[in-house]
Parts: sequence; C-alpha cells; structure tokens
Amino acid sequence: MKIVVSLLTGLMFGLGLIVAGMVNPAKVLGFLDITGAWDPSLVFVMVGGIGVAAAGFHFAKKQRHALLGGAMDFPSARGIDQRLVVGSLMFGVGWGIAGFCPGPAVVSVGAGSMQAMIFTAAMLLGMVIFAALNGFYRRSS
Amino acid sequence: MTIDWQHFSPYEALAGGLLIGLASVMLIVLLGKIAGISSIVGGLLQPNMAGQRAWRVAFILGLLLAPSLYRLFSPYPTVQIEAGTPALVVAGLLVGIGTRYGSGCTSGHGICGISRLSLRSIVATSCFILAGFVTVYVLRHLIVA
Repeated sequence: MKIVVSLLTGLMFGLGLIVAGMVNPAKVLGFLDITGAWDPSLVFVMVGGIGVAAAGFHFAKKQRHALLGGAMDFPSARGIDQRLVVGSLMFGVGWGIAGFCPGPAVVSVGAGSMQAMIFTAAMLLGMVIFAALNGFYRRSS
Repeated sequence: MTIDWQHFSPYEALAGGLLIGLASVMLIVLLGKIAGISSIVGGLLQPNMAGQRAWRVAFILGLLLAPSLYRLFSPYPTVQIEAGTPALVVAGLLVGIGTRYGSGCTSGHGICGISRLSLRSIVATSCFILAGFVTVYVLRHLIVA
C-alpha cells in the first residue's frame, strides 16, 4: 500500500512539474534572468505549491504518526550553518547554468531527453562524491 | 528588467504548483516523508538506508512515468535546453553536491520547508535563487553580451 501511494505521489509530483513548465530549462532560466526579459511564472508555481502545502503541513505537524503507519520524518536540523548556505549557493549556480533542478531533471529522463540523462548522471555522481566525502569526514572527526 | 509577457503562463504555473503541493501533502500525511527530490534520490546513494529504499524507488518511478501519462492526454510541452554537454556535466555536479551539502533543493526547501515555516529552508531558498540570478546574469549579460 505504501509503495503504491509513493508511486502515485511521484506521478502527481511529476505531472505538476510538467504542467507548471518546470521541465523546460529555458523557462526556468527565463525566471532566473531578472535583469533581462523576466518570466515570473515560477513565482506562481511557488504560490500554488506553498499555498496547498502550508495547509497540509499545518495538519501534518499535529499528527503523531503517518496515516499509513510509521513516524513523521520531519527534518531535525535547526541552525543556519555553513553547509546550508554554501551547499545552497552551489546548487543555485548549477541551477543557473543548465536550468535543471533535481525533480525536473528526473522527469525529463523519463521523457527520454538525452541532455537530461547527461545532467542527471553528473548529478548522481555529485551525490556519490558527497556521500563519500561525508563518510570520510565523519570517520576522521 | 522587463516582463517576458510572451512566455508568462500564470495559470499553468499555478495549476502545476497546486499538483506539486498536493503531492507533497500526500507524502507527509500518508507516509510521513518530505517530498524533497534531492534527498529522495540522494538517500538511495547512501549506505545504511535499509527499509528506506522501496518508497524512494517507487516515488522516483512515478516521476519517470509522469511524461508517459501526460502524453496520453496532451502533447508534451516544448523543451529547450541551451546548455551544451560540458555545461550540463558541470551543472549536474554542482547540483548533486550542492543539494546534498545544503540538505535540499527547490522541492524540499522551496516547497516543503517554506510551508513548514522552516527558517533554514527560507535561508536556503533565498541562497539558491540568488545564486541562480547571479549565474544567469553573468552567463547571459556579462560573458555573452
């Protein structure tokens, strides 16, 4: 049951990204190009997404368990640290170069885009590098 | 700054955003999980994730199948990718390392985090949007122009 719900949720999330136009890197770059011809569409994606999710999370925070069982896995990290800021800045630079963020990249792989596959392969490599370095730092500290 | 009215699509953007928000709510309420794509994908590449793999694989399968389902009802939108292969590789590496180092991306921090009023996520989202603005400015208006 949980697996089916997860699959359907991924499907709905992916459809949302397609409908919103986020799977088109040129559109994303149009949003990031504030000093040129700016396309504010992505502001509306955020407004729609956060509008629904804020109500949902307000409800979710009051729940002790997930409705299908198991813990509520809310992130436990709190502070603003160097990792958060530097990592987010790195992500932003990569996002600005190609116009892909992780969700749309994976959906575009499903659409058969060769360029999305190259991007996603590099992204996975980056995540493996992170996991390796993170493991190394944890052992040495 | 001028507004690109030709490509501005507020209704599609809002509709897509509502679907993304709804999916995020389903995942947290039903399964107790945050819909952060970089964490869902990255978690599969971490060791010691026993019992946390199946739902991630199913969610990613859903993302991969979304274009096929969409095509049953409507032609897939036009996609324009300007970056060449070297740029895609550099961008992919930066996105892969950056999202893991910064604990999230546009979905986890931008949608789920801001919705929870997480200060960390508000800071992270501001950082990556700002870095995106600066990067596009440099690439489009300083280097090319």
